[in-house]
Amino acid sequence: MSTKDEKAGGSPESRLLEVDDLHVEFRSREETAHVLNGVSYHVDAGETLAVLGESGSGKSVTAQTVMGILDTPPGHVTGGSIRYRGEEMLSATEQRRRELRGENTAMIFQDALSALNPVFTVGFQIAEQFRFRRGMSRKDAMAKAVEMLDMVQIPNAGQRVKEFPHQFSGGMRQRAMIAMSLALDPDLLIADEPTTALDVTVQAQIMDLLDELRRERDMGLVLITHDLGVVAEVADRIVVMYAGRIMEQADAHSLYSQPGHPYTEGLMESIPRLDMKGHELASIKGLPPNPSDTPPGCPFHPRCHRAEDECREKRPELHDLGAGRLSACHFAEELISRD
Amino acid sequence: MGRYILRRLLQLIPVFIGTTFIIYALVWAIPGNPFAGKCGSRGCPPTYIAEMTQQYNLDDPIYVSYFKYLGDLLTGNFGETYSGIEVSTLIQNAYPVTLKLALIALVIEGVIGISAGVLTALRGKGFLDSLVLASTLFLIAIPVFVTGFVLQYLLGVQLEWIDPSVSSDPGIGELILPGFVLGSLSMAYISRLSRTSMLENKSADYIRTATAKGLAPRRVVGIHMLRNSLIPVVTFLGTDLGALMGGAIVTEGIFNIPGIGGLVYDAILGQEGTTVTAVVALLVMVYLLMNLLVDVLYAALDPRIRYD
Repeated sequence: MSTKDEKAGGSPESRLLEVDDLHVEFRSREETAHVLNGVSYHVDAGETLAVLGESGSGKSVTAQTVMGILDTPPGHVTGGSIRYRGEEMLSATEQRRRELRGENTAMIFQDALSALNPVFTVGFQIAEQFRFRRGMSRKDAMAKAVEMLDMVQIPNAGQRVKEFPHQFSGGMRQRAMIAMSLALDPDLLIADEPTTALDVTVQAQIMDLLDELRRERDMGLVLITHDLGVVAEVADRIVVMYAGRIMEQADAHSLYSQPGHPYTEGLMESIPRLDMKGHELASIKGLPPNPSDTPPGCPFHPRCHRAEDECREKRPELHDLGAGRLSACHFAEELISRD
Repeated sequence: MGRYILRRLLQLIPVFIGTTFIIYALVWAIPGNPFAGKCGSRGCPPTYIAEMTQQYNLDDPIYVSYFKYLGDLLTGNFGETYSGIEVSTLIQNAYPVTLKLALIALVIEGVIGISAGVLTALRGKGFLDSLVLASTLFLIAIPVFVTGFVLQYLLGVQLEWIDPSVSSDPGIGELILPGFVLGSLSMAYISRLSRTSMLENKSADYIRTATAKGLAPRRVVGIHMLRNSLIPVVTFLGTDLGALMGGAIVTEGIFNIPGIGGLVYDAILGQEGTTVTAVVALLVMVYLLMNLLVDVLYAALDPRIRYD
């Protein structure tokens, strides 16, 4: 792992967030689903890490575990570690974790309409953090809420602060959500599919805003998405997840120019392209495995076009390919050395 | 909102005319002579019957006598019973008792029902949850008169903690047990409703957001979760108050409470057409106004609802 560390330019202690070999299970009476099977990634200050993957790959569960807001039950963390600035989170008290939430690590969610409380004004929901975590008066907190809305470029913030979430447009709601998450000036922001529910022009605005805020505040940003187009423009590094595992990690440029895993390849090929008009849109055949019944060997082998006997028997470890790249494919070296 | 309320109030006019007419027509359509047996075993003298028929316009066709009655009603004259007591006096005596009983029942069902629902939803599966589920099922399954008689017998006759029947002008203390009996069914519904509502909201996205903001659990639950969960419960309570204010024939009967339910019951038995029509029309209006209040309350509680 040494090359990866050198590339990121920081020792483990200076890391903002380090997720190491995280295992999470969802238990029900009938079965146990292994949702995360050893997820590791890290984020440094000022860096954007994109976490890519299909629905059900464990992207959001990882984020929720990092935030400590995973529903338990059914979720159970069965192994691994999450360190925030070197401090172990999984063994920290709930009190300590709550102190860090919002203050150091904040999160924004996919659907701002359901993620905001429908019966309170947007201003109330932002101001509440200043009131109950900073001990500000109702009036000062509301003034700060107006400032925050101003910061995310909501026009006429003084008026809009008194409105309810349903009175905002989709893009404005997501801006309000961002304002709310940044209220206590966190070092790390986890954005869980922040633009999925928005139309394309608004998506770009929100991504620009997030990128700008990250730069201004030298904040670490974890961007969870399944939209490769969004990722290409803003991500410094990309982690590709499948069936609760990391399949590949690389910087954005190398990943796009030469994917080191057939799964990443498949994801790229399924982006519609104008110059391929008239051709059938490629898709990855089959469905992601059931997390309570993952196939032996490589979890992707039933859907992989180049799977061989080795893939059906032996699970490929996530291994170093040099230059900060990691891949969990037996043929990764071949893949990245192609012309 | 103002226009909405005005429109709703205007709708009360046809409803008022419709209900009073139906009740009026039905009451006089009850077979049998209302004056038979009024004067002992000998029967009433023809002059008395003629005078009564005249006074209640019984010779007119039903719609004519209805409009005469409606005219009286609108000028504030609620009419008299056959024995010459003003119906308005009867209502004035009975209604405060019914109101008191209704409010006590409402407080009991609200406080116990909501607490039980919220607690079971937060605690999850366990003894308390099973206890509440079983006891609410029990309350829903058995008729109110059984609950009433059993409690009256146990607490009033066996243990002698209370008087089995209340005094003629009952105070709040005396009405607690009748209020509990009257509210028991709704109490069971409310505890189940608030439990379901809390459980639904427990996994709502905005609860996760509130937790992710680092708010204390008591604020997440007490402000964010409760505020949303109680919307359906409060509307249920409002509608129920409308129904409770219509009096409770069974509960009032068991505990001998001189309320509006008993008044209607006696009036129907005695074929007192004027009394029945006046009281029932009043109850219909109260119920409709309560419903309007609930709708207004609903909009106040849930900002997503607007009536314009």
